Amino acid sequence: MHSFGYRANALITLGVTVLALMCAMASLSDNLNSPTPSAQVQVLNVNWFQKQRNGNEEVSLTLNISADLQSMFTWNTKQVFVFLAAEYETPKNSLNQVSLWDGIIPSKEHAKFLIHTTNKYRFIDQGSNLQGKEFNLTLHWHVMPKTGKMFADKIVMTGYRLPEEYR
Amino acid sequence: MDWQGQKLAEQLMQILLLAFAVVSFGTGYVLGSFQMMMLIYAGGVVLTTLVTVPNWPFFNRHPLKWLDPSEAEKHPKPQQQQAVSSKKKPAKK
Repeated sequence: MHSFGYRANALITLGVTVLALMCAMASLSDNLNSPTPSAQVQVLNVNWFQKQRNGNEEVSLTLNISADLQSMFTWNTKQVFVFLAAEYETPKNSLNQVSLWDGIIPSKEHAKFLIHTTNKYRFIDQGSNLQGKEFNLTLHWHVMPKTGKMFADKIVMTGYRLPEEYR
Repeated sequence: MDWQGQKLAEQLMQILLLAFAVVSFGTGYVLGSFQMMMLIYAGGVVLTTLVTVPNWPFFNRHPLKWLDPSEAEKHPKPQQQQAVSSKKKPAKK
């Protein structure tokens, strides 16, 4: 501590170490928050349902997505990434996940929403197993913190069924 | 900066930084504002830098009092001579 340089060095070293500790504590404080999100998705309409030339089936859906994700936001949350996936089982794959819609929620004020949309990404099966197929719509989310650990979870909504006939 | 000043500077630095860390974390958590935490801590680091890094006069209140050179010559250090002679003997052998 005898010279300007040594004092500046000691101060910066301790300062950054303490800053890292504060960030670690901020990340740990996220564990005190137990979110209670809710989501509902309605399939309003099957716009069309057909087989592509290569034999894969494709569906177009109109969806009503409503969710309340406000409880996920803490002081250490930068943003939340959500996506809605159609999940179903086929003989070839025990789990098929097709992302239909996604979004980035930048703040708590935008975390309660109702969206009326057609599927943002194409719902194409790997093969043709979709006729009369029962599927789940799952809302996945990743909570991205300002510092520290990222959290991910999902809500599974069951009981959706595709029509038997092409349209 | 004298010995007492160095000790004071180090202790001041550690106490100030930790105090600002505790205050900023508490304020940020209560207000729910990460940015507020960072601003308060940044302010604290700047303040601590200004207090402890420059060589302020209050770090120099206990200067070392050296003996005059003439006074030192009258009392030569006996230990030094012994050390020199003991080193020379094994070298000759």
